Amino acid sequence: MINQLSWKIGGQQGEGVESTDRIFSTALNRLGYYLYGYRHFSSRIKGGHTNNKIRISIDPIRSISDDLDILVAFDQESIDLNAHELRPGGVVVADTKFTPTVPEDCDIRLFSVPITAIAEELGTSLMKNMVASGASWALLGLPLDVFNRAVEEEFGRKGPAVVEKNVEAVKRGADYVLELAGGPLDDFKLLPADGKQKLFMIGNDAIGLGAVAAGCRLMSAYPITPASEIMEYLIKQLPKFGGTVVQTEDEIAAVTMAIGSNYAGVRTMTASAGPGLSLMMEGIGLAGMTETPVVIVDTQRGGPSTGLPTKQEQSDINAMIHGTHGEIPKIILAPSSIEECFYDTIEAFNLSEKYQVPVILVTDLQLSLGKQSCEPLDFNRIVIDRGSLVQEAPEREDKALFPRYAFTENGVSPRVLPGQKNGIHHVTGVEHDETGRPSESAENRKKMMDKRLGKLDSLVVRDPILAQALYETPDVLIIGMGSTGGTIDQARELLENDGLTTNHLTIRLLHPFPADEVRPYVEKARHVIVVENNATAQLAGLLKLHVGHAEKISSVLKYDGNPFLPSIIYNECKHICTLSKELV
Amino acid sequence: MATFKDFRNNVKPNWCPGCGDFSIQAAIQRAAANCGLTPEELAVISGIGCSGRISGYIHAYGLHGIHGRALPIAQGVKLANRDLTVIASGGDGDGFAIGMGHTIHAIRRNINMTYVVMDNQIYGLTKGQTSPRSAEGFVTKSTPKGSIESTLSPLELALSAGATFVAQSFSSDIKQLTALIEEGIKHEGFSIINVFSPCVTFNKVNTYEWFKENIVNLDTFPEYDPSNRIHAMTKLMETGGLLTGLIYQDKNRRSYENQISGFRETPLAEQDLALSEEQFDQLLAEFK
Repeated sequence: MINQLSWKIGGQQGEGVESTDRIFSTALNRLGYYLYGYRHFSSRIKGGHTNNKIRISIDPIRSISDDLDILVAFDQESIDLNAHELRPGGVVVADTKFTPTVPEDCDIRLFSVPITAIAEELGTSLMKNMVASGASWALLGLPLDVFNRAVEEEFGRKGPAVVEKNVEAVKRGADYVLELAGGPLDDFKLLPADGKQKLFMIGNDAIGLGAVAAGCRLMSAYPITPASEIMEYLIKQLPKFGGTVVQTEDEIAAVTMAIGSNYAGVRTMTASAGPGLSLMMEGIGLAGMTETPVVIVDTQRGGPSTGLPTKQEQSDINAMIHGTHGEIPKIILAPSSIEECFYDTIEAFNLSEKYQVPVILVTDLQLSLGKQSCEPLDFNRIVIDRGSLVQEAPEREDKALFPRYAFTENGVSPRVLPGQKNGIHHVTGVEHDETGRPSESAENRKKMMDKRLGKLDSLVVRDPILAQALYETPDVLIIGMGSTGGTIDQARELLENDGLTTNHLTIRLLHPFPADEVRPYVEKARHVIVVENNATAQLAGLLKLHVGHAEKISSVLKYDGNPFLPSIIYNECKHICTLSKELV
Repeated sequence: MATFKDFRNNVKPNWCPGCGDFSIQAAIQRAAANCGLTPEELAVISGIGCSGRISGYIHAYGLHGIHGRALPIAQGVKLANRDLTVIASGGDGDGFAIGMGHTIHAIRRNINMTYVVMDNQIYGLTKGQTSPRSAEGFVTKSTPKGSIESTLSPLELALSAGATFVAQSFSSDIKQLTALIEEGIKHEGFSIINVFSPCVTFNKVNTYEWFKENIVNLDTFPEYDPSNRIHAMTKLMETGGLLTGLIYQDKNRRSYENQISGFRETPLAEQDLALSEEQFDQLLAEFK
């Protein structure tokens, strides 16, 4: 009995890879397994190789694995591109139709199943994904009735006849492969899971859910990969709460519309990826200058320009921090797990209103789109803090304006909303005085700049870093952000096996950089290795700038569009440690 | 009841003496009072340029945003608080050059608000460059040999984009202008009112006298039917766009807010944000 395994399905885009993955993982979720998914897809709708990988475990997991146990292949290309991942003794389930072959020098078991033929016999080749998934499910020796329930849910709306046919397809696939293999494969038998069904979602769902919980009632956004699911989720949910989503003409409209409705008192968000973020910069500056709250999600993908729109990268760090002209206060929060995507979205809205600044919530493609098990989300942790919103403004004489930008101790001024009595004030992106009126006075300018930028001096953010630090003086401190955390932890296990002690920091508050929190860990580590998905070591640059100790900071970088695998991080960390030993 | 004086503040506009924008400001103030609004119920959202300063010259809620983006900001304000009367305003550069994309889509979206364009056919605040509204051959600092681009016809564009309220006026005709802004405010949906507002400093061609000589005023054609889109388009083309009055109105199309499913009558800004535990559990159900 094993405690985890990895399953992958590959084929042409539009061939049913997505739906097969959905049914397979839904069934596993029902059994209580922890799941972590990865989608490899191209920027096109039909055609082109695509594959989905699911890691299945009886324990919580937060990353994909290096190797693969079962590959379901709809075409030879899927075998050619993915067979190298299979562990010795791994299995390929493939369609007899294309006379599949596996590399000769590998220890791979091939089960050739007449997938298309069985599907066609049952009426349509469309059902071949059901035949294939039934076959691979059966090899694992998992209960078929649970799988059939997932099939029922997927096809239920198409009527009982369709459900029945698909269930039959699953059975035929299962029967065929079991006869071929002589029963379920012993070395693929998963230990039973705890049977407790987990939440199972992508990061973008968790962000959308967090937004609804945070009281976000409007979203203005422009479609873009890999952010669109946030918009799609809110299109579904916001009408139930009286709100709506506006699909704008571009990202400039998206961010400025969000600023307008935040100004008028509604928690409003927008979400995009690098190209959209670039377009939003002037708007973000307006929010900073007018002290208008707004939440912007940046789901990072491969840049620059259109770059690799469907691939993993973490290269917007500098753009987010420095992209706006002039100097404004802003907060950048980087969740690193599905649960944090939810809680951090709520916190983003609270911080945005509390400090009256734009907040960027940053993810990366793998965190936004990788479907994974999520621990129960705690209703009691949903807190809405709208900051210093004035309920009733005192009466004013002679049309005196409300001092919306009053100088206060912490720089945050009481806020009134349009429509309120006695609250009239001006708002402008031009430098202004306490009532919002334009002012070019040098004295006022300096005071206002200090007021706005000083708001973050009193910034309190829960857990600006997440530390896994068992060791007082570790050999290696690995620092990362976003989706890489789980993979880093797996690499650490390998390093620890080699006798290296490791600590791990995840930067959750990317800006303002939590230098004071990070510094002690850096000082006490022998090596500091920053792991990030970009070419210019942007996170390491922040660390060097704010914490120093450049002499012991190294980088492990990956910018080929694919997420890190544990082995890559392990090998490079090992290499860095050995190299420095030689130098000593 | 509030009068137009209640919408005045003590800020002295930094417009040049004789600028058409003064009258437009006065017309907005009068129209707001005539509609029975109080200053708190009005939000004026403006862009950048000479005219963009208008939101600071009216005693009401006001936001002076960034160049070309008055409309998306204003639409956000209206969606957040549908009880507010929202007027967006800016120049021809703001709305028809840098912000043209937003103008077309705001028209298509048809959110209930009014857009007053202060059209002087030139860039004033940057000291005299060509605008999309400049005539061909128009000599400016940026077109020393005369503009070689065709002149934009914003209201023809508005009609083709599905506008439900299209009007044009002249800053000297404050009576007509006030009435049109009032009508625009009362109109359910997006109203665009383009106003010829002569720039006395940089535009020596499209002067007050020039407009007086060339404008065709629909108020002198009592038989004109503003519900006919084809006639509206024809009339605009016949007059080279120099047509004032209510050019087109579609009273049947409902505003964006009134077509959003589930969008409540109470302003969103006033709604309770907290979810009940039951509602939260319902949201979680789809992920199991």
